[in-house]
Amino acid sequence: MKKPHTIFLKTGISVLGWTVALLLFFPILWTVLTSFKTEVDAIAFPPSFLPTQWTLENYFEVQERSEYFTHFLNSVAISVGSTVLGMLLAIPAAWSMAFQPTRATRHVLMWMLSTKMMPAVGALVPIFLIFKTAGLLDTLFGVTFILVIANLPIMVWMLYTYFKEVPADILEAARMDGATTLKELFYVLLPMSLPGVASTMLLNVILAWNEAFWTLSLTAIKAAPLSAFIASYSSPQGLFWAKLSAASTLAIAPILVLGWMSQKQLVRGLTFGAVK
Amino acid sequence: MGSITLKNIHKAFGDQVVIPDANLEIVDGEFVVFVGPSGCGKSTLLRLIAGLEDPTSGEVHIDGKDVTQASPGKRKLSMVFQSYALYPHMTVAQNIGFPLKMSGEKAATIRARVQEVAKSLDLLPYLERRPRNLSGGQRQRVAIGRAIIRQPAGFLFDEPLSNLDAALRVSMRLEISELHQRLGSTMIYVTHDQIEAMTMADRIAVMNAGRIEQFATPLELYRRPANRFVASFIGSPKMNFIDGERAAQYGAHAIGLRPEAISLSRKTGMWGGHVERVEHLGAETIVHVALDQGQKITVRTGIEDAVASGQTIFASPDGSQVYRFDENGLTLGFPENVPRSALM
Repeated sequence: MKKPHTIFLKTGISVLGWTVALLLFFPILWTVLTSFKTEVDAIAFPPSFLPTQWTLENYFEVQERSEYFTHFLNSVAISVGSTVLGMLLAIPAAWSMAFQPTRATRHVLMWMLSTKMMPAVGALVPIFLIFKTAGLLDTLFGVTFILVIANLPIMVWMLYTYFKEVPADILEAARMDGATTLKELFYVLLPMSLPGVASTMLLNVILAWNEAFWTLSLTAIKAAPLSAFIASYSSPQGLFWAKLSAASTLAIAPILVLGWMSQKQLVRGLTFGAVK
Repeated sequence: MGSITLKNIHKAFGDQVVIPDANLEIVDGEFVVFVGPSGCGKSTLLRLIAGLEDPTSGEVHIDGKDVTQASPGKRKLSMVFQSYALYPHMTVAQNIGFPLKMSGEKAATIRARVQEVAKSLDLLPYLERRPRNLSGGQRQRVAIGRAIIRQPAGFLFDEPLSNLDAALRVSMRLEISELHQRLGSTMIYVTHDQIEAMTMADRIAVMNAGRIEQFATPLELYRRPANRFVASFIGSPKMNFIDGERAAQYGAHAIGLRPEAISLSRKTGMWGGHVERVEHLGAETIVHVALDQGQKITVRTGIEDAVASGQTIFASPDGSQVYRFDENGLTLGFPENVPRSALM
């Protein structure tokens, strides 16, 4: 009696899962398909799902009209730079909170998380003015710096959670064996929490790559990453859907590939310690 | 050299005082055991010596040098943890060689020393394995290997056998004792198991509520306990304590009798009662007796003394083996027959 019920439940959950996944994926699929359509095809009504005529013209034009690779390199510099810089700050912070906690640690963690809940636009004007005065507008350093600050709470939180999983005994053993704090970090703590460290870095690269608010607000040409490159296709001359889609596809492709390759690592890292 | 001295060590976590005032002198090459019930502060005291905790006040001296402010790695002490605390991402060889790596030894030296240590601990076939692929006893030996490779001034063991099964515990106990004989280094060993303490130690520090109640040789603790707590903690089955009128006869607030210092008879004796439970251990029998007027005692007898639960029985203390305690639990006098040779 129980078996048909289980099969029904399993099928139901599978169908639901696939429906949700397809719904979430549909905009991306639509964008990719549109990028291969002609402009006429792209705005046709009723819309056609597949291009009536497949074309690569949009991609050529996008590359011709704007410097995709410059923006791509900017995106790489900003996401990798903010991740490396962020880790340099987050690792010691998470270490001290996990292994040398004080009475204030809990509150500091909550406070850090609460800063993520504040709408970024609330801080835009002061930050813009500071950047302007300091000459940081449209610089790679400036936008990297702001993304470090924006993502640091999440990095510290994630690392803190992973570090808490490492038994304090093992770090004490390292100390007894003559390891300095730095050696304890490099030889014991980081290798032991490698899945967590890797997924924190991956998530931060993805967050920084996808970030649009600060990158659009604080960059113009020189330091503009791919988010600005996409936005440049919504021009006063009108929206060119096919080209915009081509630009978007080019912008998300690298991170999509990275995410695809590392999904196992990401899932493992994000659920690390949940089933112990 | 590895003498360790604690001078007026006081440790508090916030308002909670864990060690009020500890003084201890451990001579070079001695095997000292800290024993006491859970939460008595024995592990904290060990961690204070290791440098893993800082004392609130007081000093720790190793080889006559004040190391109170020195980091754990600088104290020339090795520690074996209850959980073994092996590095799970390293092989056995890397685990054992880690302390030498930290002190900047050359790779060739480390390799040679690891081989040497692994050979002495029968770990040669496992050098390339990771800790998760080892048995409990092997892990314990790796932890010991990691401790001895540095040739430290002293070893600290924090309940190292409590995760092993009973049989392995006995054999590892012997191995650690042999290791002590072979190396001749100072060792401090923390346990709540008084059998471990009695069988391994040169001297035992019996701890209670953060205080060192007595620091003496195993036999002296057994024969001349400083107070009621030590008398009750050392010895298995525990010492019997009898108070009230029966103690007053001996001019004491309470008297203590080891289970073997009481004889049983079915016909006559000083105190009447009945047998509650009998435990046959083969070579001996433990008889639990409920005396009239409520007090309970444990008696160790020979196997031939066949008694059964519910039987009426008479118990008679051996007058020459009575320990007397005052109302504060301090020992008033020792039995007459305590051999002088047991005293240090």
